[in-house]
Amino acid sequence: MKYIKQFSIILFLSFLGECLKWCIPLPIPASIYGLLLMLFGLIFKWIPLHSVEETGMFFVEVMPYMFIPAGVGIMNSWLELKGMLLPVIVITVGTTILVMAVTGKVTQYLMKKEEKKEGKVL
Amino acid sequence: MDINMNEMIKDCLFFGMVISIFAYGFGKKLKDKWKLPIFNPLLIAILTVIAVLLALGIEYESYYASAKYLSYFLTPATVCLAIPLYQKLSLLKKNIKAILLGIFSGAMTSMGSVFLLSYLFQLSHEQYVTLLPKSITTAIAMGVSEEMGGIVTITVAVILVTGILGNMTAEITCKVFKITDPVAKGVAIGCASHSIGTTKAMEMGEVEGAMGSLAIVVAGLCTVVFISIFAQFM
Repeated sequence: MKYIKQFSIILFLSFLGECLKWCIPLPIPASIYGLLLMLFGLIFKWIPLHSVEETGMFFVEVMPYMFIPAGVGIMNSWLELKGMLLPVIVITVGTTILVMAVTGKVTQYLMKKEEKKEGKVL
Repeated sequence: MDINMNEMIKDCLFFGMVISIFAYGFGKKLKDKWKLPIFNPLLIAILTVIAVLLALGIEYESYYASAKYLSYFLTPATVCLAIPLYQKLSLLKKNIKAILLGIFSGAMTSMGSVFLLSYLFQLSHEQYVTLLPKSITTAIAMGVSEEMGGIVTITVAVILVTGILGNMTAEITCKVFKITDPVAKGVAIGCASHSIGTTKAMEMGEVEGAMGSLAIVVAGLCTVVFISIFAQFM
């Protein structure tokens, strides 16, 4: 019973997400609305953590399996990918390293600055 | 024996799910044996399924007729990403400004650099929006790519390669750019290479891992907010 209850809360939030997507004319997937509903629900204690935790963490754990069908779909998009293979490779390799470097540097710099500021106050 | 595999599989309700799960199990076995990031279970699973389908002459549509029930659970699973995020919220509080601004700059760098390079390569709008969400978690990126009119299957492939690449280069990138703080390391890895990269962050340490998984969701949300602006650039 416990798992059915948790499962139904999660499905209900997914459904609410779909309703919001239908009402709000933005290119945002239903799952994002559902995610935000769940997050605010947990923060404001409308949804107690224990009422979704086990089933929710199970879903998160098995999520990689759910990407397989879309990944296999590459066999149908191969022709389209072939036409843009070089740009795709350059963009993928280049931006990944760049994003990591920028994010890390900015975060580290801001943390150090904050620490210094705190140091002066003390 | 003269059985048309493709016709048979088309009517099978469980084939897609069964072969997908088995292929993933196979990928996990390989990963356990050789601990190389290139043996990512998801990557191996996808390649294995493609190989089996090609070998048996089964069309993608026939496979997807039953595999789609696996994709069906992607929305509820994405909703559940809020749970680990909620559990790590207290970690965010301490350095909230640095972490959020760091992730924000990462998401902007990702979309900005994809835009610049796409412009240089003169890609079409469809190709451009396919690549825009490349750094974020597959769960969010698939939905975003679809909403923007991208080619979802290519988005998934690019995200996968991004994750594996991030996983393989995380240590050296942090070293070269002198990113030494564990919080900054985790945020950087999660922001650039989502959950596949974050497995590496988890190996580096507990703080790195936790920050990585937090950055995955925040970077995804940040991208959702700004992607429609970037999509109009080209």
